[in-house]
Amino acid sequence: MADVHLPSTLMPLFSGLPRRLDIEAATVNDAIAQLEHTWPGLRDRLCEPGPSLRTHIHVYVDRERATLATPLDERSRVDVIAAISGG
Amino acid sequence: MSKTLVIVGTRKGCFLLESDADRRKWAVRGPFCEGWPVYHAVYDAGGGTIYAAAASEWHGTAVWRSSDLGETWALSSEGIAYDESAGRKISKASSLAARNGRVLVGVEAPGIFESTDGGETFSLLTTLAGQPGSEGWDKPENQPPGHLGISSLTFDAKNDSRFWAIVQGVGAFETTDDGATWTPRNRGLRADWPREDEEVGFCVHRLVRSDDTRLYQQNHVGMHRSDDDGHTWTEITEGLPTEFGFAAAAHPHDRDTFYVVPLDPGHGRTMPDGRATVWQTRDAGSSWRALRKGLPQEDAHIGVLRSAMTIDAYDTPGLYFGTSTGQLFASNDEGESWSEIASYLPPISSVEVAIVD
Repeated sequence: MADVHLPSTLMPLFSGLPRRLDIEAATVNDAIAQLEHTWPGLRDRLCEPGPSLRTHIHVYVDRERATLATPLDERSRVDVIAAISGG
Repeated sequence: MSKTLVIVGTRKGCFLLESDADRRKWAVRGPFCEGWPVYHAVYDAGGGTIYAAAASEWHGTAVWRSSDLGETWALSSEGIAYDESAGRKISKASSLAARNGRVLVGVEAPGIFESTDGGETFSLLTTLAGQPGSEGWDKPENQPPGHLGISSLTFDAKNDSRFWAIVQGVGAFETTDDGATWTPRNRGLRADWPREDEEVGFCVHRLVRSDDTRLYQQNHVGMHRSDDDGHTWTEITEGLPTEFGFAAAAHPHDRDTFYVVPLDPGHGRTMPDGRATVWQTRDAGSSWRALRKGLPQEDAHIGVLRSAMTIDAYDTPGLYFGTSTGQLFASNDEGESWSEIASYLPPISSVEVAIVD
C-alpha cells in the first residue's frame, strides 16, 4: 500500500477526505483514480485535460518529482503538494 | 420583511453583506468558497442560489454554489473543460449569468458553459467559433495572465435565449438563439488602435441593460449608449474627467440615468486626483454630475473593476461598488450619499445585489 499524503486545501472540498491514507495502486494516475472513485470530482482538482497534473500540483514519490505515469510500489510514500502561490 | 443581500467576489473568496430594506446597517459574512479567488458571484432569484465563478491556482476552475444564502457551499467543475483534442485550456471562470436555475459561465480561453441543474454539472454551450476575432483570441500573446476571456454575460430582460457576451479586447457579441449564432455589436464604437476587422477589435469593459432597447457601456475609450439594442453606439464621454473606466450601472426605473466610475487610463487606473467619485447622468449622457458625498476625497487612490459596481431594484435604488483594495461603498439614495460598509475585504472583483424575501 502506498502511503499517500494530500494537501490540506483538499479537505474542505471533500467530506471525509483524510490528510493521509493508504492506497493500493500501480501508478500515481491509478492512485488518483481510486481517490476519484470515493470522492467524485477530486481528480479535477489535481489534474487537467491531457491528462496531466495541474501546473502547481507537485507530486513526489519517495521524494522524487513524479508524473501521473510514475509507478508505485507497496512501500511508496506519495506526497501531493499544492505548490507556489503568492500572498 | 425583505432582506438586501450584497454578494461580493474577492481574490480571497466570496463575502455576503446583509441589511434590511433601509440599507443602513450591514452585517458581513465570509469568506466563503475556501478563499478561492472569485472572479464573479451572482444570485439567481428564481433558483434561490448564489453562484461564484472561481479559479484556484492549485485546484483549477470551478463554480461554487449555495442554495441557503451562504450557510453551506458546494463546488463543481464537472463538464467545464474543452475537448482535449481542441488544444484549448481553461485558466479561469470569469463571468456568470443565472436565471431560473440556468447558469451561464464565461471562461478563458473564450467560451461559455451552461448548467441546467443548478450548477451540479455543466456542458459547453458555445465557443463563438467563426466569429471575427476568434482566429486570434487563443494566441498566447492575446492571453496574458489576467485575461478574462468572456469577461461579461448579460441576459436580456425578458428573453432567456438572448444575451450579450463580451470577449475581452475583441468586442461585444449578441445571440438571440441561445448561443447557436452570434452577431458582433460594436458599430459606432471608438478604437484608438489599428484593427484588422471593422466589426471587432474593440475593448468593451462593461455592458449594462437599461430597458427593452437601451444599453450602456463603459469602454476602454469612452462611455457609450445604444438606443437600438446594441446595433449602433453613440459616444457620451463629454463631461467626464476621463474616458477610461471599468464599472457601470443602469438605473432600474429610469432609462436615462446611468452611473460610471472614471479612472486614470494609465498604469494606475485609480480615481483621478485621489477623490473617490461616481459620476451620474440623468439625461442619457448629455450631461454628467459628480457624486461624492460620503466618499473619501483625499488620497483615495482606489480603483473599481468591471464587475464591481451594481444597483438594486428598490423604488429608491441603492448603489454599491467595491474597490481593488477591499473597500465596499454603498448608497441607499441613488448615489446622492455614500457610506463605507466594509473596509478591509480582499481585493474586490465583483459586486452584485439581490432583494431576498
